[in-house]
Amino acid sequence: MKIHIPNSAWLGNIDPFLRSFDASASGKLIVSAHKQWISVHPVVLSMVAALGLECESKNISFDRLEAKSIHYLKRMGLFDLLGVKSDIKITEHESAGRFIPITQISQVNRLTAFIEEMVPLLHLEPKQAKPIRYIISELTRNVFEHSESKIGAILCAQYYKKSNTIRLGIVDRGVGVHSTISSVHFVKNDSQAIQLALTPGITGTTRRIGGTDLNAGAGLFFIKSIAKVNRDFFMIYSGSSMYKLLKTGQDSRVKLLANPLNDKHSIEENLPYWQGTVVGVDLTLDKGAEFVELLNLISNIYSQSIKERRKKYYKKKARFI
Amino acid sequence: MKKTNLVTVKIFEKTGVFGEDKDLAKQLRTEFLWPAIKDGRKITLDFSHVEDVTQSFIHALLSELIRETEGDVLDNISFKNCNETVKKIINMVVSYMLE
Repeated sequence: MKIHIPNSAWLGNIDPFLRSFDASASGKLIVSAHKQWISVHPVVLSMVAALGLECESKNISFDRLEAKSIHYLKRMGLFDLLGVKSDIKITEHESAGRFIPITQISQVNRLTAFIEEMVPLLHLEPKQAKPIRYIISELTRNVFEHSESKIGAILCAQYYKKSNTIRLGIVDRGVGVHSTISSVHFVKNDSQAIQLALTPGITGTTRRIGGTDLNAGAGLFFIKSIAKVNRDFFMIYSGSSMYKLLKTGQDSRVKLLANPLNDKHSIEENLPYWQGTVVGVDLTLDKGAEFVELLNLISNIYSQSIKERRKKYYKKKARFI
Repeated sequence: MKKTNLVTVKIFEKTGVFGEDKDLAKQLRTEFLWPAIKDGRKITLDFSHVEDVTQSFIHALLSELIRETEGDVLDNISFKNCNETVKKIINMVVSYMLE
């Protein structure tokens, strides 16, 4: 496998990075990076780490790490997590920053403690921490409930002062969205599976409206909605497809919609195959509505969507000819 | 010995400030709530000191009870000391389970 950390890869311009990833020759990983400068979304680091964790340390090599900002990889804990030695040194005077280093969560019963310990590293006000811990909880639990990922969940997050934004990436190397969704719904491809997974009330555990006792099919819809209300990016990549919620302009009214294809979005369908699921989220802090207001908006569209599905379902009748 | 007719579950003691562990919610439902409901007892779910809950947590705690009793369980459960976020999420789950 080969992955190149480019000069710039944020959710808005991540597509070329995803297109360039080479998934062949598993068990061996070559990581290269832009020579001058790397400036990338945490989801990129989570992806590199996830690939590396599938290889033995001796089969991971880092090529030409010459960029001035390469110490970022060290500070985020990439080399330590992968058990790879690096000569990169972080000098004392460098700011510790506000970030959650690349972390592997292998057991779901560690999640509550992780959230309690790690979210304070972002130094957020309580109001700002609410959506972040909500997102981390729902996305990480998804990994353990649906993905069967042998490496568990890999995540990291970073606060960016200039844009006052938290950026977060959670990745697994499990069965992927298509496999989970297609166990109970008919879907033709990865893209359609992702679309269903983002639709309120659709879960990979049952076709029953309202879900099972443990799954309502609301998690991903909630997270996409949090990003939408905040006018931020949200990205999910699984198999060979990627769905990206694009930013809602400041002059446009935010309206939550049940069908993700009705949101302003982009889709890539022929990407290199990612075994598992990758989710990237941005959350601009000063734009955030009160969390409870956001829940009001989400609640309305969620209930409306379930009601419509039930209505449609009960309208169905036997056809006698 | 006669059982008391009222059961109080202090959620904070189980979850801490953030109620997000669905497995724990399921355990609370199956080990405390269902037996109490079947015994005809009243339940108080006390959310004091709980800052947030996820929709998944509340769904795992309540949805099956609501579905199985067609909503009647809500006559026997009271929600105490809920902040606005917790209230909103409980209402959301109750609402979509009853629709």
